[in-house]
Amino acid sequence: MPEPMGFFTDTTVCIGCKACEVACKEWNQLPAKNGGIGELSGDSYDNTRKLDGIHWRHVRFIEQFKGPYDGRWLMMSDVCKHCVQAGCLEVCPTGAIIRTEFDTVVIQSDVCNGCRACIAACPFGVIDVNPVSGTAQKCTLCYDRLKVGLEPACSKACPTDSIQFGSIVELRTRAHKRVDQLKAQGVKAELYGADPDGALGGLNSFYLLVDEPEVYGLPRKPTLPSRNLAKSASFSFASAAVLGVLALVGLRKRRMDGMGGPSGGGPN
Amino acid sequence: MSDTFFSGAPHWTWFIIPYFFVGGLAGGAYFLAAVLDWFGRPEDRAVVRTGYDIAAVGAILSGLLLTIDLGRPLRFWHMLFQSENFPALMFKGWSPISFGAWAILLFGLFSVLSALGARAEEGRLQIPALRAVGGVVKGGVAKLVAGVGGLLGLFVAGYTGILLSVTNRPIWADSPWLGALFVASGVSTGAAALILRSPGRGATERSLGWLSSFDTKALVVELLVLAAFIWSLGPINRVWVSFWGLLLLVGVVGFGILAPLRMHAKPAQAAKLVLLGGFLLRLATILASEGIDRYRVTAGL
Repeated sequence: MPEPMGFFTDTTVCIGCKACEVACKEWNQLPAKNGGIGELSGDSYDNTRKLDGIHWRHVRFIEQFKGPYDGRWLMMSDVCKHCVQAGCLEVCPTGAIIRTEFDTVVIQSDVCNGCRACIAACPFGVIDVNPVSGTAQKCTLCYDRLKVGLEPACSKACPTDSIQFGSIVELRTRAHKRVDQLKAQGVKAELYGADPDGALGGLNSFYLLVDEPEVYGLPRKPTLPSRNLAKSASFSFASAAVLGVLALVGLRKRRMDGMGGPSGGGPN
Repeated sequence: MSDTFFSGAPHWTWFIIPYFFVGGLAGGAYFLAAVLDWFGRPEDRAVVRTGYDIAAVGAILSGLLLTIDLGRPLRFWHMLFQSENFPALMFKGWSPISFGAWAILLFGLFSVLSALGARAEEGRLQIPALRAVGGVVKGGVAKLVAGVGGLLGLFVAGYTGILLSVTNRPIWADSPWLGALFVASGVSTGAAALILRSPGRGATERSLGWLSSFDTKALVVELLVLAAFIWSLGPINRVWVSFWGLLLLVGVVGFGILAPLRMHAKPAQAAKLVLLGGFLLRLATILASEGIDRYRVTAGL
């Protein structure tokens, strides 16, 4: 049995080249947006903007500028987090979403029927429908490459090793050393998703961040959608019970009124 | 900011909104028909038969809307059976969309059986096969079907709200009250549909009077649950400072609940407004969340 594998993304060395996006698209044969015609976002140098069904990797540009000489660029290559407790896998009604032997989360496109429950369940906004297949799609952590001993296309292409692939245990050790190194240099650095006792049992794609998670478009405490199930079901049951009682009380009142009226008694 | 603002919109829109409305209405109408079937008078049979008809048509329409909305409609059966391991069943008790697919299927079966039974009772079935099926659904069998179907009807009316809550989307996952709200709305719109449709099947004034009186109570329950829903959202309520908030306030609360409550003398007009309010409730709650996009939130747009 292979050990859990994943990504450690060190955002401090990302240069925003988007080689990972291109490598991902090329390996996975993902279609171009808008028929391949260039599309400008209009308010950023980042023109692909977000993860979706045809962008399984996305390099986020965060432009923090207070003035022409006072600012910084934060860059983060974002991807599916391959959560240890995955919301998408939890809600998928077809069984299309599976956990692999590498502890990664994969959508089987031939099983998915495009109901889109996983899109709403993912706390990170990772999944979307691929308009070509009509099914929900996202990063597979290059399951096909892993099966034959290759590393994923994105980390292979990354020129600065911002995206590092390996066993989760080893990656965590490496990440903690990097955080210590940056803190010694006076940089405010934190790991996001590296704690196996943290949110969602840890993320198999975790990050080193130098600002708050929200700045990178990441929820501070991601949770499973099922957290709401018991409470929501209880309140619905209570509402149904109240309406049922009101219906029966109304019928009883009608019967009582009828007994005193011209139509006389009789059942109900 | 709630963590739900970083999720992606599932694009549940122009087939799902009518499905949520029709499914709720059909479930509510069947539930009320079943209550009258079990505890009503013989004079209520017209309402009972109308309720079963509305439920059967609504359940079939619901199934069609759900199927059309899929990215791959021909794979709708993957929700019921394991596609790679047929005929093993596909069922997740912790996933509302999974148990909801089964609930819709079973509700459709029970509502069609009840509708056939009611039509056989009236002698309105011409096709021998349907007449044979309808002939079986009478007496104790009809009561049993109505009892189970009534519970399924309430389930179908409410699970759609639970489905929305069991996500990570803004508004939907920020409150546990949507299921309860949709149950109340489903039953009130079901009663409204019966008030409008059953006079054509010969419903008596007493039956209609009970329906109208019940709908008033259901609307009060709906208003209270809606207040609890809004209260539970807390700071998330700023999302209602939008067109959808206006629609919720004016269309749902104003025209859909308060106006019908003041129109006792005109039950048919009140019922039409209740139906409008029920539809607008689904429209506002779904589209208010669908419009929130993760990357725009992060970019501060």
